Amino acid sequence: MSKALTPPESGTAFHSELDDIPIASAAEERVSVATQWQLMWWRFRKHRLAMISGIVIAAFYLVAIFADFLAYADPHKTEAFRSLIAPQPIHFFDEGAFRPHVFGLIGKRDPRTFKRVYEPDPEQKIPLRFFAEGYEYKFLGLFKTNRHLIGVDGGNAEELIFLLGTDQLGRDLWSRLMIACRLSLTIGLAGVTLSLVLGVLLGGISGLYGGAIDTAIQRVIEILRSIPTIPLWMGLAAAMPRDWGVVQVYFAITVILSLIGWTDLARVVRGRFLALREEDFVLAAELAGVGQMRIILRHMVPSFLSHIIAATTLALPNMIISETALSFLGLGLRPPAVSWGVLLQDAQNIQTVALSPWLLSAAIPVIIVILAFNFLGDGLRDAADPYG
Amino acid sequence: MLVYTIRRFLLALLTIWAISVLAFAIIQLPPGDYVTAYIAQLASSGVDVTPEFAENLRQQYGLDSPIWVQYAKWMGQIARGNFGRSLEWQVPVLDIIGDRLWLTMAVSLSAVLLTWGLALPIGIYSAVRQYSIADYIFTFIGFIGLAVPSFLLALILMYLGFRYFGANIGGLFSPEYQMADWSLGKLWDLIKHLPLPALILGMAGTAQLVRIMRANLLDELRKPYVITARAKGMSEFRLVLKYPVRAALNPFVSTLGYLFPFIISGSIIVALVLGLPTIGPLLLRALVAQDMFLAGTIVLFLGVLTVFGTFISDILLMWIDPRIRFERRE
Repeated sequence: MSKALTPPESGTAFHSELDDIPIASAAEERVSVATQWQLMWWRFRKHRLAMISGIVIAAFYLVAIFADFLAYADPHKTEAFRSLIAPQPIHFFDEGAFRPHVFGLIGKRDPRTFKRVYEPDPEQKIPLRFFAEGYEYKFLGLFKTNRHLIGVDGGNAEELIFLLGTDQLGRDLWSRLMIACRLSLTIGLAGVTLSLVLGVLLGGISGLYGGAIDTAIQRVIEILRSIPTIPLWMGLAAAMPRDWGVVQVYFAITVILSLIGWTDLARVVRGRFLALREEDFVLAAELAGVGQMRIILRHMVPSFLSHIIAATTLALPNMIISETALSFLGLGLRPPAVSWGVLLQDAQNIQTVALSPWLLSAAIPVIIVILAFNFLGDGLRDAADPYG
Repeated sequence: MLVYTIRRFLLALLTIWAISVLAFAIIQLPPGDYVTAYIAQLASSGVDVTPEFAENLRQQYGLDSPIWVQYAKWMGQIARGNFGRSLEWQVPVLDIIGDRLWLTMAVSLSAVLLTWGLALPIGIYSAVRQYSIADYIFTFIGFIGLAVPSFLLALILMYLGFRYFGANIGGLFSPEYQMADWSLGKLWDLIKHLPLPALILGMAGTAQLVRIMRANLLDELRKPYVITARAKGMSEFRLVLKYPVRAALNPFVSTLGYLFPFIISGSIIVALVLGLPTIGPLLLRALVAQDMFLAGTIVLFLGVLTVFGTFISDILLMWIDPRIRFERRE
């Protein structure tokens, strides 16, 4: 549908041919000798929003890789005295000079409610240090270090900095948010990979052989798609033994999510197979005596690979939403695992959210990532067929 | 047409059968069986349980027979209207589900109606006034609607409602009607509370439908018959509504098949956030407490509800669109 809105690259070349012949024919030349992937890249580059989204997503995965470095407090360390501290703004300038600092906090008791409240103390300025020492972790799983992007002198950042506040158990939300990127972003990838394998296999078989096999697989897809997914997932997830470890639950969730996720991909693959089977170049290859496997891998797959990549990108946000939803319900990943859904679990009831709205902060990365994946997928889908 | 209807109906039956197997699997999946759980419950309340008693119970429930026999027995019971007893509440499952099922349907249906009611005018407007400011605004809201999962939307709206209006905007009834018997007043109260959950649930579907409607209508508006009508001096309003809109209406019905499972799915988790007395929170509770007959029955009911919705949308689609009718006849 958006094809009509963005004229193809070659189209612009033809228009300018009338005004300026030498340059136009050079551009035309460039288009006619370009490989398919080059054409796609040119098409994709025109989709601004998709380009930006691609960068945003890359940034998120970088955060996931360097999560420990970007965190400044141990995400699992609880401390009752630091329960539900409000986010603390960073002040970048001090008396005109660039000296980033935060204000110290004074814990008090509310005289009426006896609730513990924390108030910033403008007198007490705590300077922020870059590449400071903090809790110890394994950098990329390779070697031990205790350097973090930000910290304070003395290495006790968890007692002094609370960029996004703390949760009920006094754990630092910013640090937990960083670490949560890992599970939340990779579980989508793992789920989508599994769906892709299932989808390509079953969709391929369906499109290739046709007939009764095709009908059977199509019926299965129709049935799976008409079942409401969340109740089904909830049922399956609830059946996971309570004593499973984080890794086991992680893989179980992946399997549960891809159980439904493969149907979309299978449809794309099947549709492409059916369309390509009628193409002249496939017939030509058949007449030239090329084996079936070689026709599929050498001639057919390259011409729909781009469609599969686009479909996969569009399937990813659904996986991320589903994981978040399941974990939010307490049926997905469970503490001590940290994911965006697990973090949002704290924000389940309105009383907590009303008093400590910062517990909702995990919603922000969820929304950004889903939006970015959708835009990226749209851009890829438009670019997938550069001749259209 | 009749052949097509029958084929659809058979497929719907097949789907319901598949769902019943899945629901049964959900009942069977957790370690241990109904009797283990029941005895554990008896033991915790101080009743002494002998192994013979447990064995008797197992025989009584047919838990010692092979799994497919158990499935057949379960289905047989359901055919007779007996859905089993809830372990946690110690009453027949149907008594617990009762009202909640109707409320779930009310919420889901109003979400579908709201989706249609919003998507139609917005889609037409966005296509007729393409690239206008309103078109951009609707596109932007649409993207947000697509990207924000409904339960997050519910959480954020709850927070905003609490923050700026100081009111809890959840629930389906005002406090004075919560326990009351059904009356006109209670019904009116329900209708007043429905728009918010319906809006939250319908947001993503509306966004998608607007995009489809806009694209379809744009294609349609470029066709020669529209130009002919305009050249002959037909008023713009009639021109758009009389033919192009009707031709572009298809997705409204054809997406209903997917919209319905999607909305029912979403309603489970949104109901939890908003504290709606629908089937969603009950399902979660049943699953967590491993109250498996209750959970299985709910999954079965939701599945049947969805299949029914999909079936109706298929038949509707065939009825409004002759192209599909004739294609099937060949």
